[in-house]
Amino acid sequence: MRKSLLALAAGLLLAGSVSAASAADKLKVGFVYLGPIGDLGWTYQHDLGRQALVKELGDKIETTYLENVPEGPDSERAIEQLVRAGNKLIFTTSFGYMDPTLKVAKKYPNVHFEHATGYKRNPNMSTYSAKWYQGRYIQGLIAAKMSKSGVLGYIGSFPIPEVVSGINATILAAQTINPNIKVKIIWANTWFDPGKEADAAKALIDQGADVIMQHTDSPAAMQIASERGKLAFGQDSEMIQFGPKAQLTSIINSWGPYYIERVKAELAGTWKSEDTWGGLDSRMFAMAPYTNMPDDVKKMAEDAQAAITAGKLHPFKCPIVGQDGKPVECKGGGHLDDGQILSMNFYVKGIDDKLPGK
Amino acid sequence: MQLVLEKRSERSGTIALVSPLIAIGLTIVTMVILFAILGKNPLLALHAYFIAPLTDGYSLQEIAVKATPLVMIAIGLSLCYLANAWNIGAEGQFLIGAVAGSWIAVKTQGTDAGAWVLPAMLVLAAAAGALYALIPAICKVKFGASEILTSLMLVYVADLFLDYLVRGPWRDPHGFNFPITAEFDPVATVPLLIEGGRLHLGSIIALLVVAAAAILLGRTIKGFEIRVVGAAPRAARFGGFNANQLIILTFAVSGALAGLAGIIEVAGPVGHLQPGISPGYGFTAIIVAFLGRLNPLGILIAGLFLALTFIGGEQAQIAMKIPLDVTKVFQGILLFYVLACDSLILYRFKLVFPNRKVVARGAG
Repeated sequence: MRKSLLALAAGLLLAGSVSAASAADKLKVGFVYLGPIGDLGWTYQHDLGRQALVKELGDKIETTYLENVPEGPDSERAIEQLVRAGNKLIFTTSFGYMDPTLKVAKKYPNVHFEHATGYKRNPNMSTYSAKWYQGRYIQGLIAAKMSKSGVLGYIGSFPIPEVVSGINATILAAQTINPNIKVKIIWANTWFDPGKEADAAKALIDQGADVIMQHTDSPAAMQIASERGKLAFGQDSEMIQFGPKAQLTSIINSWGPYYIERVKAELAGTWKSEDTWGGLDSRMFAMAPYTNMPDDVKKMAEDAQAAITAGKLHPFKCPIVGQDGKPVECKGGGHLDDGQILSMNFYVKGIDDKLPGK
Repeated sequence: MQLVLEKRSERSGTIALVSPLIAIGLTIVTMVILFAILGKNPLLALHAYFIAPLTDGYSLQEIAVKATPLVMIAIGLSLCYLANAWNIGAEGQFLIGAVAGSWIAVKTQGTDAGAWVLPAMLVLAAAAGALYALIPAICKVKFGASEILTSLMLVYVADLFLDYLVRGPWRDPHGFNFPITAEFDPVATVPLLIEGGRLHLGSIIALLVVAAAAILLGRTIKGFEIRVVGAAPRAARFGGFNANQLIILTFAVSGALAGLAGIIEVAGPVGHLQPGISPGYGFTAIIVAFLGRLNPLGILIAGLFLALTFIGGEQAQIAMKIPLDVTKVFQGILLFYVLACDSLILYRFKLVFPNRKVVARGAG
């Protein structure tokens, strides 16, 4: 009896230590989020990606996230906290985390980092982003077809190349339908602030815009467009529930496959510093169903999507004329090259506005 | 039987001392209940919040880094509040200080400017913060404008001014249009105290500020004046103390300290000027000032304690997957209990037994 009890105790201890060991063997993967996971936009999509990762590799990894991390000195601490908690692969999911991520990466060469939408890399720090301008081009086509006033409203976050290239792609597409198309731009100076985003949408509608597009993260603008009976494009996420009669389509980010691929590489020991810039063909983002538009517009959008995915249509095909009336140098053979798009700091002709800081 | 609050004939000194402890105790009890409801082990959660960050050097450094601006601003605010001058705009003075100091850093960037750069930045930031705080103070003294309102409104002015600068003239030409200045040169950066860490000279400055405030309030006539004007304005007038002069003085000092905290934050942990350099330090410092009972040593402890809840909150998020919102609830509950317990300094609970006969007669 006593012997069997001892055996049982030993067995329990052994089982305990085994499970402890397997927990310790799990690869720890950390995420730093800009907004709350319930923002229903940018951060929400990253967290969906994390959840997809857990579903796929949950028995081999353990994930942790820090949400609502401001893009200041607090972010450096947040990243370092994740390192110190044993995370070996850390995704930092906002442009403003670039310098803090790099600082921590240099301090911990044995930990791997992945920074979204930035341009600084290190042997242990990759970058990843998506060619959203492709989706913007499709939106520009639809917007020009659907706008009765010929005025589009655009809510920008920060005038960084990613956002500027989105505005240019939109207007270049719209000009192929309506050469006199106008765009009003409001800089919200934030990625996520539903109050400010809603105010911007109201102001744009008051200025005559009847199609609202945004490069900010919350569904607030969609709700305003819906209330006012206008049309709008969602951003980052499916937003049809906020504007069943308003949403034309939405650029839906899909980070899951990328996260799974990178974690698999880490598990296999083949991770290396890379720069990934995924387009429609890579499925790093997708277009939400084309809704609230006539069939011919829908067909046009689908055709454009197919052409871009197949590489037959490039949103920045030359000639591209800048606001100053001079053609932009064409480095990519028939279209602008990736470097030009990634550092885009000019408006194309036809945008009746001034790029902030220019 | 009824429970009523009865005004004490004089402030209870004992309660004034133990009230923060009661508040912290009540907060912990409430949090334990909350953790239990969330299905988290309360002991482990409290450990993650309060004990774990105190057990390694890294977290201790981070607590000091986080507490530095809070303590510096709160010390200045406490002088105002003691003198009955309500400076709510420390956030704006913080930002203006950061801007003014950064001006030197931006203008000397890439030149071979010497070691004078950082001291000049600190002095200019303090001066700018003081001048900015003088606007509401003078409006108060000359025109009777509410300093609460004017100082608060100036926060937004400062915020937009900073925004304009980093988007326009001071933008890093190689920063891809992102609204930040270039990284400051080493001569324009607050030196680190520990190689490879984040603890910087600013924390030492904060300690000096605490000591100076303690001496000012405890050992000088000026300190006495500040306390008398705040506690007994009439008596102060008879004593020949000039309340208006003190409003100007305390506002200037608190603006200078907020401005200094601003440049130390920018030239220290941040390393460049950008929007969002302050996650509301100027407002959180108001909590710190009151949590510390407007006493320099108390403020030091309160600042460190609040920093601990930030760092601990992060570690709880990592270690136990406790949502960030719980940390915010936690800070809110703490403030609530502090204010509630403070009412016990001036009031006491009393059980009142209504006189039945009187009630019966009245009813009849």
